[in-house]
Amino acid sequence: MTFIFYLISAVTLAGGLLAVLLKNTVHCALALTVAFAGLALLFLKLDAQFAGFAQILVYIGAVAILVVFAILLTKGSETPKDGVYSKNWPVGLVIAAGVFATLGWAVMASVKALPNQNVAAPAVSVLDIGNALMGRYVLPLEIVALLLTAALVGAVIVAMHEKEEVK
Amino acid sequence: MTPLAGYLMVAAMLFAIGLAGALTRRNAILVLIGIELMLNAANLNLIAFWRYGPHPEALTGMMFAIFSIAVAAAEAAVGLGLVIHIHRHAHSTDLDAMNRMKG
Repeated sequence: MTFIFYLISAVTLAGGLLAVLLKNTVHCALALTVAFAGLALLFLKLDAQFAGFAQILVYIGAVAILVVFAILLTKGSETPKDGVYSKNWPVGLVIAAGVFATLGWAVMASVKALPNQNVAAPAVSVLDIGNALMGRYVLPLEIVALLLTAALVGAVIVAMHEKEEVK
Repeated sequence: MTPLAGYLMVAAMLFAIGLAGALTRRNAILVLIGIELMLNAANLNLIAFWRYGPHPEALTGMMFAIFSIAVAAAEAAVGLGLVIHIHRHAHSTDLDAMNRMKG
């Protein structure tokens, strides 16, 4: 529990909070990018270099850009007249607070049972990850490849113009 | 508080923030942003358990997180495609205005 950890966590949580609180949708997307970057730093701090850089590539490089594209294509940056929050937002807030209370209680109640804190950083190289992906985890890898292809084709078909539609 | 508990608490807070965003915002894109935050919080949990768990050399949590990132990317692509289609159809991304199952 070092100062660096608290700093990165604060940046991540602030980014997440701003991403759901800000009125302008483009600002939300920028705050979301900050949260993603903070999470990538947390992954790096956990000695998961591969996951950290995958997070930067996939989330900051692709998902954030995709969100910005969607916002601009749907004119989502205009703030609606009747507020940005849904009609029954107090219910959602209560549910989220309840979920957080439950999760926090569960973590705090199981601190004693959690693994010992003095573990050495695992010596895992990208070579080990590649070997595992091509060996033990080759079937999930193929399934993910199929899923990504299906998602690519599906997203294009869903977002494609329908011919009979009057623009 | 052990380091693992610290990471778990950060992940719990991020999950709650994402859930609150997904449940309270009107704009469909903001709901997707909330869902992305929740998925990322789960990834943080997986990586933290991998790091402080008994057998990190087995790479189980790391692989789970990597596959989760890939699936989340596919989910974001399809979700945003759906939002664009709904916007073209209803000229709005306001979820409160979408109260019909057909047409």
